[in-house]
Amino acid sequence: MNPKRKQRMLIILFVLGGVGIAIGLALYALSQNINLFYSPSQIAAGEAPKDTLIRVGGMVEEGSVERHKDSLKVQFNVTDFQHTITVRYEGILPDLFREGQGIVAMGRLRDDGTIEAQEVLAKHDEKYMPPEVQRALDKAEAAKAGE
Amino acid sequence: MIPEIGHYSLVLALAVTTLLAVIPLAGAWINDGLWMRMGRPLAYAQFLLLAISFGFLTAAFLMDDFSVRYVANNSNSLLPWYYKFSAVWGGHEGSLLLWIMILGGWTAAVAAFSKSLPEPMVARVLSVMGIVGVGFLSFILLTSNPFLRYLPNAPQDGADLNPLLQDIGLIMHPPMLYMGYVGFSVAFAFALAALMGGKLDAAWARWSRPWTTVAWVFLTLGIALGSWWAYYELGWGGWWFWDPVENASFMPWLAGTALMHSLAATEKRGVFKTWTVLLAIFAFSLSLLGTFLVRSGVLTSVHAFASDPERGRFVLMLLALTIGGSLLLYALRAPVVKSHIRYTERSREVFLLINNILLLVATVTVLGGTLFPLIAEAFGKEVSVGAPYFNTMFSFIVPVLVIAMGIGLFSHWKDTRPGTYGRRILPLAIAGTAGGIGIPLIYGEWEWSAGLGSFIAIWLATAQLWDVWEKSSGKSGVVAGFKRLSRSYKGMATAHLGLAVTILGAAIVSSYTEERDVRVDTGTQVEMAGLTFVFDGIQELKGPNYVADQGIFHVLDEGKEIAVLHPDKRRYLATGQVMTEAAIDWGILRDVYVALGEPLEGTTWAARIQYKPLVRFLWLGGLLMAIGGTLAILDRRYRIRVKANKARTSVGESDAGGTQPAKA
Repeated sequence: MNPKRKQRMLIILFVLGGVGIAIGLALYALSQNINLFYSPSQIAAGEAPKDTLIRVGGMVEEGSVERHKDSLKVQFNVTDFQHTITVRYEGILPDLFREGQGIVAMGRLRDDGTIEAQEVLAKHDEKYMPPEVQRALDKAEAAKAGE
Repeated sequence: MIPEIGHYSLVLALAVTTLLAVIPLAGAWINDGLWMRMGRPLAYAQFLLLAISFGFLTAAFLMDDFSVRYVANNSNSLLPWYYKFSAVWGGHEGSLLLWIMILGGWTAAVAAFSKSLPEPMVARVLSVMGIVGVGFLSFILLTSNPFLRYLPNAPQDGADLNPLLQDIGLIMHPPMLYMGYVGFSVAFAFALAALMGGKLDAAWARWSRPWTTVAWVFLTLGIALGSWWAYYELGWGGWWFWDPVENASFMPWLAGTALMHSLAATEKRGVFKTWTVLLAIFAFSLSLLGTFLVRSGVLTSVHAFASDPERGRFVLMLLALTIGGSLLLYALRAPVVKSHIRYTERSREVFLLINNILLLVATVTVLGGTLFPLIAEAFGKEVSVGAPYFNTMFSFIVPVLVIAMGIGLFSHWKDTRPGTYGRRILPLAIAGTAGGIGIPLIYGEWEWSAGLGSFIAIWLATAQLWDVWEKSSGKSGVVAGFKRLSRSYKGMATAHLGLAVTILGAAIVSSYTEERDVRVDTGTQVEMAGLTFVFDGIQELKGPNYVADQGIFHVLDEGKEIAVLHPDKRRYLATGQVMTEAAIDWGILRDVYVALGEPLEGTTWAARIQYKPLVRFLWLGGLLMAIGGTLAILDRRYRIRVKANKARTSVGESDAGGTQPAKA
C-alpha cells in the first residue's frame, strides 16, 4: 500500500471504529436511562412496570398532602381526575409544589401500588404546565367524555 | 411614541438588512466594486438601527410603560432599575431582539475589522450574515414583536419578571451566551463565502480563526455563568442538569471547540479544508438548533417560555433553510477543493483529527439524548432521557479525549520523531496514577469515578506544564524562554489547564458532596463534614419587591464560628411566587451551602445543608479557558498584520509570526 492510501485507511478505520463504539455505547446507555411517562389512569390499568424508574404526572389532589411528624417524609395523591395514585417522598419539595398544582414525580411503582419518588419536579413558572401532564389530563378528560 | 420609534427602526433594519443580503453578494457575482463596497455602510446602518430599536425597548422598561405588552408581561414598577434593564431580555421577544442586535454587532465588527481582506470576500461574508439577519428579523416582526401595545386599556402594573431571573447571573448570562452563539455565524459566513468564491485556501482559515476564538470565549463564559447561576439560584446546589437547553448551548461549544482545532490545522498546514468548512456549518447550525429548542417549547425544560407552535414552525423553517442551503452549497462547491498534503500517523494533524472525531462524537451523543424524546414522541411514547445517560457517555468519551490530548501536546506538524510519545507516557501515567489515587483519598473513600477524573486531570495538567517547560528551556534560561513564547501558545496552555481544573472539580464535587435534608427548629444542631451547623431561628425581611423569611445558621468549625449564613425563602409580591435563595459560604477549596425548604409546623423548617468540595474549580476552569482564548486572540501576529496593512491595501502572503502555511 502506498503511504497515501495507508493514511487514508488509518483515518477511515479511526472514524469507523470511534463512531461504532460510540453508537454502541450510546444505544446501551439510552436503553438503561429512558424514563417512560405514565398517567395515574395508565398505572391503574396496570400498564406501568413495577420497580422500574418511571415518571408519573398529574395534579396534586387538594387536601392530600400528609407530612410525617418528625422526619421529612411526605405523601400526597396525584390525580388526572379519573384515577389517583399515592406518591411517597422524603426530602424537600420544590418551591412551586402545592395542592392543585401540576407536578411530575420520578420514582418506582411498589407492590402496594404507591410510587416511591426519588425526585419531585414542579416547574419554575406558575403558568407553566408540564406538557405531558397536560396531555394526560386531556386524555383522561376525553375518556370521561366517552363513557 | 417611544415603542413606535423602536418598532419603526426595527422595520427599517429589516429593509437595510435585506439590501445587505442582496447587493454586496450580487456585486461579488457580477464583479461590481461599488455594489461590493455597499456592504460596509449597510452593515453599520443595520447595527445602528437595531441598537436604536433595542435602546427604545429598554427605555420602555425603565419608564414602566405597561401599555407595551411585553413590558407588562415581564416587568413591574417595584423592580429595581437594574432588573428592569435585564428584564429587557427576560422573555422571548426581548431576548430575540438581543439576539438580533448581537448579530448586527458581529456584522458591523466584521465590516470594521476586515480592511485587509479582498473585497469580494468581505462582500460575500457580510451578505451571508445579512441573509441570516433577514431570517431572524422576519421572525421577530412576524411572530414575536416586542413592541405590541395594550391599547387603549393599559394595565396599571406589570406582571413582574420571573423571580428566578432577578439575579446578577441572569443580567450577564444571556448576553454572553448569545455573543457566543451568534459569533459562530461569522465563521459560518466565512465558510460559505469561501465556498461561493471557490477559494478554500489557508488565508480563509487565518481570517476566520480569531473570530471563532472570540465567539468561543463568549460561549465558554456564557455556559460557565449559566452553570454558576443554576448552582446558587435554582438547582439546590446542582451545577449541570443535562437540561435540553443546557445541552443546546453545550453542543455548539463542543462543535466550536472542534472547529477551533481544525482551523489551526487548516491554517498552518492546509489540511482538512472541506472538513473545517463542514464544522463551521455544523457549529452555527447547532446554535440555531439551540435557539429553536429554547424558543419553540417543544422540549420540557426550565427554560421553556410559553410555547407557541407558530414560533416553533418558523424557527424550524429557518433552521431547515440554513442547514439545507449551506449543505447544498457545500455539496456543490466543496469537491472542487482538494489538498495533497502529506503527514504521517504520528503527526499533530492526526492528533487534531482524533480531537475532532471525539468532540464530534460527544456532540452527537448530546444531540441524540436531547432529541430522543422528540423522536419517541413522534412514535407515541412519552419518555425522558435521564442524566445518567449523558454521564455514562461522557465518562467514556472525555477520558479518551483527554489522554489523547496529553500525548498530542508533544506532537509536531507533518511528523513527530519516533519515541517522542513513548518516553513521556510512563512519567505521565505515574503522575496521573498518583493523582488518581491520592486526590480522592483526601476527601474520603476512594471511588472509581473520582479516581478516573483525577487521573485524567493530572495527566493533562502534567503534560501541558511539561510541554511549557520544554518549550521555555533554552540557553537563556526558562524564565526568559517563557517570556518569548507566543501569546497564542500561552493561551492554548492556559485553556488546556482550565479544562484540567474543570474536570478535577467535576470529578471531586460529584463524588464527595455531602448533602442532608434536615428538620430544624431553633437551636437544632447538625454535624456534617466536620462542621457544626446551628439553626438560630427565622427573621422576617422586606426586600424591594418581596418579603422573606430568613433563616440564621451559624457554622462552627471545632467550636469556632466561621460563618453565619442567611438563606431566604422569598415571596414575590406581584406574582405571589415563592423562591428559595440559598446562602453560601464560598471558598476556593469548598463551598458550604444552606437552603431553606418549606416551613413545617410551628417554628420547624425543612433545610438542606451541603458541603461541596472543589465546586469552584468548575467555573475557575471555565474562566481559565476563556482567558486562554483571549490570550490567543491578543497574539502578536494579529496586531502586526493590522499595522502592516495600514501601509498596504490588500493582503499578501505576509505573515510576520512565521506561520506561513505550507504549500504542497
